Amino acid sequence: MFDNLLLLVQTPALNVQLVLDGLFIGATYVLAAYGMALVWGVMNIKNLAQGDFVMLGGYVALMVAKAGIHPIFALPIAMIVLFVYGWVVYRLIICRVVDRDLFTSLLVTFGLAIVMAQAMNLAFGSEVQSARSGFGTWTLLNDLVTIPQVRVLAFVIAILLAALLTAFMKRSRIGQAIRATAQDARAARVMGIDTDRVYAFTFALNGAICGAAGVLIAMIWVIQPFLGITHTIRSIVIVTAGGLGSLPGVILAGLGLGLAEQYSGFLLGANLQQATVVGLLVLVLVWRQIEHARYREAVQ
Amino acid sequence: MNGKFATTLLYAAILVFGVAAPFVFPNYTFQVAVLWVMILFALTWDMLGGQMGYNSLGNVFFFGAGMYICALVQIGLYYNVGEYTASSGAIKVDFTMQQYVTGLGLGIVAAGIGSALLAVLFGRIVFGLRGSYFAIGTLGVALAAGELTGAWDYVGGGGGISLPVFPGAPEDRTLLYYSLCFVATVATFALLRWLYSTRFGLAINAIRDDEVKAEAMGLHTGRYKTVAWSIAAFFLGISGAIFGNMTGFIEPLEVAFPVTTFGIFMVLMALLGGKGTLWGPVIGAVLFDVIKEVTWTYLLGWQWIALGALIIVNVVFFQQGIMGWAKEKWPERFGIKVDRGSAVLREEPVS
Repeated sequence: MFDNLLLLVQTPALNVQLVLDGLFIGATYVLAAYGMALVWGVMNIKNLAQGDFVMLGGYVALMVAKAGIHPIFALPIAMIVLFVYGWVVYRLIICRVVDRDLFTSLLVTFGLAIVMAQAMNLAFGSEVQSARSGFGTWTLLNDLVTIPQVRVLAFVIAILLAALLTAFMKRSRIGQAIRATAQDARAARVMGIDTDRVYAFTFALNGAICGAAGVLIAMIWVIQPFLGITHTIRSIVIVTAGGLGSLPGVILAGLGLGLAEQYSGFLLGANLQQATVVGLLVLVLVWRQIEHARYREAVQ
Repeated sequence: MNGKFATTLLYAAILVFGVAAPFVFPNYTFQVAVLWVMILFALTWDMLGGQMGYNSLGNVFFFGAGMYICALVQIGLYYNVGEYTASSGAIKVDFTMQQYVTGLGLGIVAAGIGSALLAVLFGRIVFGLRGSYFAIGTLGVALAAGELTGAWDYVGGGGGISLPVFPGAPEDRTLLYYSLCFVATVATFALLRWLYSTRFGLAINAIRDDEVKAEAMGLHTGRYKTVAWSIAAFFLGISGAIFGNMTGFIEPLEVAFPVTTFGIFMVLMALLGGKGTLWGPVIGAVLFDVIKEVTWTYLLGWQWIALGALIIVNVVFFQQGIMGWAKEKWPERFGIKVDRGSAVLREEPVS
């Protein structure tokens, strides 16, 4: 560990590499976390199957790539497929637990996560896969830093999608309805908003966002049926740290998590990368609790 | 008087079944032993989830912790643990019967106490979290424990540890672990039954119903929560120690900290039988174990999907569980007086 730390200090180029990788990966985390924050804020459901939605999007990209089409075109396909899937899941399961207590929705989505992970395992096998994009790489600083072009592309797409989503939530009619429902569902109903449809649309939209994130992850990284839970935890960490309904907070936390994972992977070894994510979850929750305690004291 | 007699008969029947099972169905001793462990899981989960209203998704942490503590004590008493795990079975380990029994006995006790201490420690972290943050926090602790243990070479890392081999006949070994599972579960049930009838039971029920009000009434809620969590952890640790030795090989992700199998089974069993009742978890565990064995046999490959679907259906459509359903159906048998007037009032939609 200390050898690696020394290496980082001696060769600043390595830091550039880690930071860039962290930002590129972090951008895809931001997408999935944004979807989770949306569902969390609007319907008060913490979707523990979030990561499995992402993986499903990745497998759509993989199937498209296998059909001989470039995986980048899987982006709209995966978004549509996951949108429909999200809608169906809402109609079948989620609509029955929306106004139940929090643990109910947590357990239901955990059950859904198990079903999805196992179904993907049966359908696509348990090996680690990725969709080859065939793009080249750029090198910087005397070949010390390599930047796969596909990562830059994925970063740009993620930023574009996030910007589009923000505009959509601000300007469009349904976006306004979603925000109104998030603020006060009962008042929104009184104003004539069909909140059930808003919920269905929100959950389906979350599916589409996850689908996009999944395609990007399949192109720049790897997918595997059981990696879903780690992605779910990443989203929870980001949303808890970044704050609900604060897009800048989510973006900062997402990119920060990407960086933290890259550095811990380099310093502590790759087999502790997952432990880092989970450890950060516990840390974020403890930190949140300390903040709460301070707030309570201030109120008293 | 009649009801009391029926209850006594039921207890007697269960005890007789427990004692006779390994002799009547010698081929299924392992399965029945697992069934007892499952009942213990459901009972300890229900103590927090059902009686105290703190739904944990990470109780399996104490199961794994107990397993590892016991293994360390068993091996560490006579060998150097680091060398033992590094050689992954290459060192010739022969335990005499006396060494084995001493190690196992001390290991089980240490596992229970160690897990309870860990519960006190983690209670300080997680009990400030309310509602679903508590569930996510405990899930995080259990997942982190699995990952960290997997990276810790001293205890064998991801490769796991083979536990000492029983020095006697295989039949004796099966019988020994069966009796340990049976005794642990009966002890858990007896203690919980007694606890629920005391002030302690009322206190944790008050925390479930309204924690702030309970605190305002002068209950030291933090203390009650920590004690309840440690009792659950104590028995889970013991069950982990026994289970680890019963399988003979422990490994962090699949055996010791299996969050997506045992960790979720605990919750499901308690919910299936009816949470917040004494008998619910027992009924749920038995029913679930039967369903699990059937799906494992007839739906091979699809068993996990069937189990996940069972979770969803159970939670969405049948959350009150079997005992809850029975209470609604025959409230008089549970000593609940139904006041028709207020019952009608309650059915009126609020919004």
